[in-house]
Amino acid sequence: MSGDHSDATIARRVRRLETLLEEKGLLTGGELDEAIDSFLAGASPANGARVVARAWTDAAFRSRLLADGTAAVRELGSMEGSYQRLRVVENTATTHNVIVCTLCSCYPLRLLGPSPSWYKSEAYRSRVVREPRAVLAEFGLELPPGTRITVWDSSAETRYMVLPRRPDGTEGMSEEELAGLVTRNALIGTAVL
Amino acid sequence: MTDRFAPGSRVVTYLHDPPHHTRLPRYARGKRGVVVEPEGRAELADVSARGRADAPVEQVYAVRFEARDLWGEGDHQVVLDLWESYLEEYEEGAADER
Repeated sequence: MSGDHSDATIARRVRRLETLLEEKGLLTGGELDEAIDSFLAGASPANGARVVARAWTDAAFRSRLLADGTAAVRELGSMEGSYQRLRVVENTATTHNVIVCTLCSCYPLRLLGPSPSWYKSEAYRSRVVREPRAVLAEFGLELPPGTRITVWDSSAETRYMVLPRRPDGTEGMSEEELAGLVTRNALIGTAVL
Repeated sequence: MTDRFAPGSRVVTYLHDPPHHTRLPRYARGKRGVVVEPEGRAELADVSARGRADAPVEQVYAVRFEARDLWGEGDHQVVLDLWESYLEEYEEGAADER
């Protein structure tokens, strides 16, 4: 699915707007870059991975995370400055979760970093709510026929993150090693580990 | 102020097509679902997105829909976050669009 989406048109429009804002003296050259840098500072899928590794190794944290994601991730200090509600949805042996925003591209940026372009594509947004099994198969994820799929469409203020299943054979690993196994797509639900 | 819908309530979404911004996606209009949980109150985006300061603050609910009710087929579920005024109680035996 990646690679079928071009940002060229929107990029041209943004550059033009930026030029106009500077020409009219509303912005100076570096101002916008600074604002964007501070917006993105600390936004990384490493944050989501840390949350997942903690949930895998600390049952009490896992319970708190599933009950109130916003409060639980604050315990790890990775959501400072966040104003949105976070809901963490857990994959099990028989259920699989995947997130989308069909209206635009809402995304838990602080925990997952900047969103991939396919997440913002018309194809992903319109198809995953309708035929998730086929879309996931295109990502290389073939789920067993009995697995119950839930698609979470972020249409208001809540942001979603998937808690993937801990891979077999990782019993001896440290929290840090476990975090290293977690991928961005597993946090969106378009991959498993 | 109490919430109108408790978890487990059967609801149906509005069918209308407003001329302004709304967060009720077209594919979920006039559809039956079940309330999962309240998410907390928020300004109604339909009003605040028009730059108005008088947006009502409403409860937002996670509402679960069966794929077959949305698309006529499929065995998955879709959960949407919907403002209270998008929802009505669903009564058994009421007019069914299917």
